[in-house]
Amino acid sequence: MIETILTIAFLAEVLRISVPYALAAICGSTTERAGVIDLALEGKLLFGAFAAATIAHATDSAYIGVAGGMAAGAAVAALQIWFALRLGADQVIVGVALNLLALGGTRFLLQLFYGEGTNSPRGPAFGDAVATNPIVWIAVIATAGVAFAFVRTRWGLRLRAAGDRPEALVTVGVSPFRARLYAALVGGALAGAGGAQISLSVGVFSADMSGGRGYMALAMVILAGWRPAWAAIACVGVACASAIGFHLQIAGSSIPPELAPLLPYVLTLLVLVIFGSLGKPPRSLGKI
Amino acid sequence: MTSNTRREVQAAMIALLVSVAIGSLLALGVGVSPGKMWWEMLERTASDPYLFGQVLYKATGLALCGLAVALALDAGLFNIGAEGQITAGVLVCATVGAALPDATPAILAIPLCLAAAAAGGGAVGGLIGVLRAKRGAHEVITSIMLNAIIAGVALWVGNAVLFRGGTTRGDAIVAGAELPELGLGGSSANTSLVLAALAVIALAWVRSRTTWGHAWRAVGRDPAAARSVGISVARVQTLVMTASGALAGLAAANFVMGHKHAFEEGLGRNTGFLGISVALLGRSHPFGVAIAALVIGFLSQGGLAVGDFVPKELTEMLQGVVVLAVAGASVWIKRQPEPGR
Repeated sequence: MIETILTIAFLAEVLRISVPYALAAICGSTTERAGVIDLALEGKLLFGAFAAATIAHATDSAYIGVAGGMAAGAAVAALQIWFALRLGADQVIVGVALNLLALGGTRFLLQLFYGEGTNSPRGPAFGDAVATNPIVWIAVIATAGVAFAFVRTRWGLRLRAAGDRPEALVTVGVSPFRARLYAALVGGALAGAGGAQISLSVGVFSADMSGGRGYMALAMVILAGWRPAWAAIACVGVACASAIGFHLQIAGSSIPPELAPLLPYVLTLLVLVIFGSLGKPPRSLGKI
Repeated sequence: MTSNTRREVQAAMIALLVSVAIGSLLALGVGVSPGKMWWEMLERTASDPYLFGQVLYKATGLALCGLAVALALDAGLFNIGAEGQITAGVLVCATVGAALPDATPAILAIPLCLAAAAAGGGAVGGLIGVLRAKRGAHEVITSIMLNAIIAGVALWVGNAVLFRGGTTRGDAIVAGAELPELGLGGSSANTSLVLAALAVIALAWVRSRTTWGHAWRAVGRDPAAARSVGISVARVQTLVMTASGALAGLAAANFVMGHKHAFEEGLGRNTGFLGISVALLGRSHPFGVAIAALVIGFLSQGGLAVGDFVPKELTEMLQGVVVLAVAGASVWIKRQPEPGR
């Protein structure tokens, strides 16, 4: 087991697994730093994974699939913002509703497109590649780029103001709603790319294939104190637990095969309980 | 009807109409006439005692789960862990039921098994409540983690100890713990329906007529205000989540004691998530939950009843649509000006 972990191949595997978590966590950081509770990460991942796989299959291009996944993630974010901010619906409930909608909606669309409700037909895939996988690069660039943009760009400054003191934005004539919408759209597109990684690494979309990654990513956002780069790095820890769980399962160790895949869930729960958060939530999180 | 109740009913009705409209559009999308789909759903369910019984069977589990989610919502907590709490209830209930001596009379076996189901679910709910109250861990995230962990652990316990001879079914519970079926065309509807009805009435009473009910609703409306009048918010949150988990666990009475009479892999799956739709559509009121359980149970079973010409994924998708529609409709209704009288 130890020999397996200390290899370059294992590191590459962890990096690859961490991509959807990290991109979802960056989305969670941007949306929440702008003041909107983001429990819809799971739905953004799932719709992103679905759109990426089906569009890649239809166009026979994994790259166009990635673009489709990003568009789907942004679309879910737009729907979330409309319900949460325009209608003023409960943000926690809207998030969970979108996740439930993604679960049923992707199954329905699978049935509609392919006459089968569980799997999409096999299309182009990035496979186990790391260096040649564009989504890995999107994740790396987004980790550094969003952290930089938070402190150095108009988008980032307005986003953080919208989450901390929206009234300050109003006094300088900027709409907090717009700042939140732009934050959510950028985040949604990134989470959609994360979803694309889930399906395009195998070339097939399967129902419920996001498997709670969005919720785990949000736990890492909270752990990292709503700092996007830290959250992305924390996600590498979850990915590591997931990879170890996978290897324990196939290595036939003394740990029962039913329990080994639970490692990332247990780790996330322990992190939440022991550390909670290493920072303060945005002042106006969840208030409109 | 007070104006508040009227608004809640209006919100639920609007959400239901929007969901039916979207369901009709989806039907057109798969090339089915919406009129035919809804009519056949109603007609087949109403005319076939078996299908009608299956609606009642589903509604029983959904009502208990919906009450669980509604109780937590009342206190400002979102229990999406009912899925795991049901599994825990099913596992503990079936294990206790199978371990009792063969000759245990019903008067002992039934209360024991019910207590076991409630304890299993309540322990999980209580854990989520403690983590929220003492550690500030968001209940939605801990719930999802616990759902995954409990599903894995239940499968492991099943494979390692309970399942017999390559099946995914454990030992049967003793005869005394079985709840009789209602005998509706050979359907799974059983007398736990009475239990669900009693739970609805009991919760409605506790909620509106006791200091406990007022305490938990005060915490739900404004935790700071509740604290300032001397209510221990942490204690209320923990107790409410324990009670909520116990209600979800009691759904095991329907699945184990009333129907399967043993622990089975995946028994009651998805009821916890549907319970969210039920609680929201029922506007968190116990009587609303009872009606919503019948509606969602009908949708869920009706989708299967017309499965020969409508894909079952259509009604599955509608369950998410319902939640989103209620979330939107309830705030929209609140914004409308009060009509003059």
